[in-house]
Amino acid sequence: MRVMAVDEVALSLGLAPGMMLADARARVPEVQAVPHDPEADAHLLEAIAEDCDRYTPSVALDPPDGLILDITGCAHLWGDEAGLVSALVARLADGGMTLRVALAETPDKARALARHGGELLRAGRRIAPDRLNEARLPYVPASVSVDHLPVAALGLAEERTTALKRAGLTLLGDLASRPRVPLAARFGPEAVTRLARVLGEEDVRITPRRTPPALSFARRFAEPVARTDFVLTTLADLVREGAAELARRGAGGRDFASRLFRSDGTVHALSIGTGQATRDADLVMRLFQERIETLADPLDPGFGYDLIRLDIPVAEPLAVTQTDLDRNTAPAREVALLADRLGVRLGQGRVRRFAAGDSHIPECAGFTVPAHAPVLPLASHPTPGEPPMRPLRLFDPPQIVDVIAEVPDGPPRRFRWRRQTHDITAFEGPERIAAEWWKRKDGGGLTRDYYRVEDSQGRRFWLFRHGLYGSEKPNPDWYLHGLFG
Amino acid sequence: MTDSHPSLARLKRRIDALGPAASSGRWGLLSFGLEALDARLGGGLAKGAVHEVLPASGLDAASAAAFALMLAARAGDVSGTILWVSTDAELRRHGAPYGPGLAELGLAPDRMMLVTAPDELAGLKVASDSLACAGLCAAVIEAGAAKRLDLTASRRLALAAEKSGVTALILRGSDTMIASAAASRWQVAAAPSVPLPGQAPGRTGLSLSLVRHRGGARPFDMCVEWDHDRTAFSEPALLRPVPAVAECRSMVA
Repeated sequence: MRVMAVDEVALSLGLAPGMMLADARARVPEVQAVPHDPEADAHLLEAIAEDCDRYTPSVALDPPDGLILDITGCAHLWGDEAGLVSALVARLADGGMTLRVALAETPDKARALARHGGELLRAGRRIAPDRLNEARLPYVPASVSVDHLPVAALGLAEERTTALKRAGLTLLGDLASRPRVPLAARFGPEAVTRLARVLGEEDVRITPRRTPPALSFARRFAEPVARTDFVLTTLADLVREGAAELARRGAGGRDFASRLFRSDGTVHALSIGTGQATRDADLVMRLFQERIETLADPLDPGFGYDLIRLDIPVAEPLAVTQTDLDRNTAPAREVALLADRLGVRLGQGRVRRFAAGDSHIPECAGFTVPAHAPVLPLASHPTPGEPPMRPLRLFDPPQIVDVIAEVPDGPPRRFRWRRQTHDITAFEGPERIAAEWWKRKDGGGLTRDYYRVEDSQGRRFWLFRHGLYGSEKPNPDWYLHGLFG
Repeated sequence: MTDSHPSLARLKRRIDALGPAASSGRWGLLSFGLEALDARLGGGLAKGAVHEVLPASGLDAASAAAFALMLAARAGDVSGTILWVSTDAELRRHGAPYGPGLAELGLAPDRMMLVTAPDELAGLKVASDSLACAGLCAAVIEAGAAKRLDLTASRRLALAAEKSGVTALILRGSDTMIASAAASRWQVAAAPSVPLPGQAPGRTGLSLSLVRHRGGARPFDMCVEWDHDRTAFSEPALLRPVPAVAECRSMVA
């Protein structure tokens, strides 16, 4: 067993990652070892990234133990960059983290500085704002040059780094002054690309975990709030603020996501969706209330929320609509509102509409999709004068039945379903539906022979024989697929 | 029973005035498109009211559902939305509504919205919410054997329907004996269709029987056929004497 990671104290005692655990124990008998759990580490990193959402909407993961925050345009909310960093460091250090923070113009430069040029910030140490002006900043400022960093800061593959070192190029400063073309020829084009990025010559933006929302509104509290009704009032304020901004832009939103940041780092996310774009604050608030009521476990404020935010991911154009003089809304609009409400309460998947499927397999020809989704509506064209050829209700999966037929490949005469026998007095068929052989690798699939049958009581059923007798299957099974009205 | 005593008659009138059926004229009447049937109901069924549909036996559930949908399709204008409220258990037992099948019955599937509740209670909540939505044309509520849909609950639904003008059709289990505040109660069974040449099953035939009617129509039985071209009920075309239908007709007469 090997040591995967060590803390600062262990490092000072001469232990290092990569050692055998037995050697480490021999050196420091009182060493405390816990099994390496990369999955838990990844979860923790995700949770911290979620919490860092309070500083900037664009946060990217740098696994296994790094986060990159794009604070462009966010620093002024905390006074300046130093204010933001000190707030972040204080918060994470309170949570027992050991951090190295660096600011730079480009993500790659910041990453190199943080990983190779910074000083460890001790866990639990708070940095008072007035100490920021002293020589020892809690972070590596953007003005620091990367020339003194080792070439490992480029983050190249192991053998490339070794090759650079063998050539006597140990610091980035050695590389920066050299012409790039010979470098690329000798150490690969990647070395030059990385070098340009780390030196800040090329700026590649990070890909945030979540797309920054079009609109975002937040309320920060000096003291965490734990009362649910106060949380709701705040949320209502934010929704009104959002609605006003949407109205100013002549836009509306379809999705509204509220994020409740708990002071202990947990983030509760509530989101609602509407079928049509809206900027009606009362409606959005009603949907939020509906959403909160249907939560499996109610909101647990714990020690309280210290930040409440409302995100509107996409704002789409929404024209001003005029209501009737008697304030009647159009029926379609009312139905859409009902669908939104039911969708928020039961889940979008439970409010559905019929859609047309491009298939001749019955269960694929007509299916349902969530009411939100744009669909090709199922056209209704009953053949004049013909009886219904398709059933009113369809079983999925089809129900197996015992059938007696005069000849194995002939029409059914009698069948047994749900412990009742039905004598068939009238039938029509077979309507032969082949399997979609062009979609299958083996080109197979059993053909179905559908029969529309009526029993002696007048009940109408849709039966099919699965497989052609003799050629496809020696003893085909019969299924009941649907019921006619 | 005749109202022999004037005070009894007065009391009856007062009770009638309290009930939801009293103002059935407000939303108009739902015609079946078949004069013989409408005449027996005094012009048709009340819109903006709750009507119950029961299958005669468990196997007639599909016919009962079809009847409820046919009434729903006739309840409003041709573009209004029809909401079908069901529960997971009901869909498992009776199968899910099938779009192309609805289209073949002349019930435009693009008018339908399907809501599936996880359980009985959630289903009733959805029903009560949807009946309050005046934008709907009709709602078909598949309640099955729901015990919670009792007199109080159905009265609540009836009041909501009366306020909004949405016609509600409640599909119940065949052996439901729970009292309800519905304006009418129908028992529906499949009727043998008039076969087409080649012994093929013909148009949808239904055997209806009115069990209860708040407006005072007398219970009756009748066999009808659904004409999906006109989206209306019609008399079965008797191409040849069908024993069961003949029986039905003699009962009617």
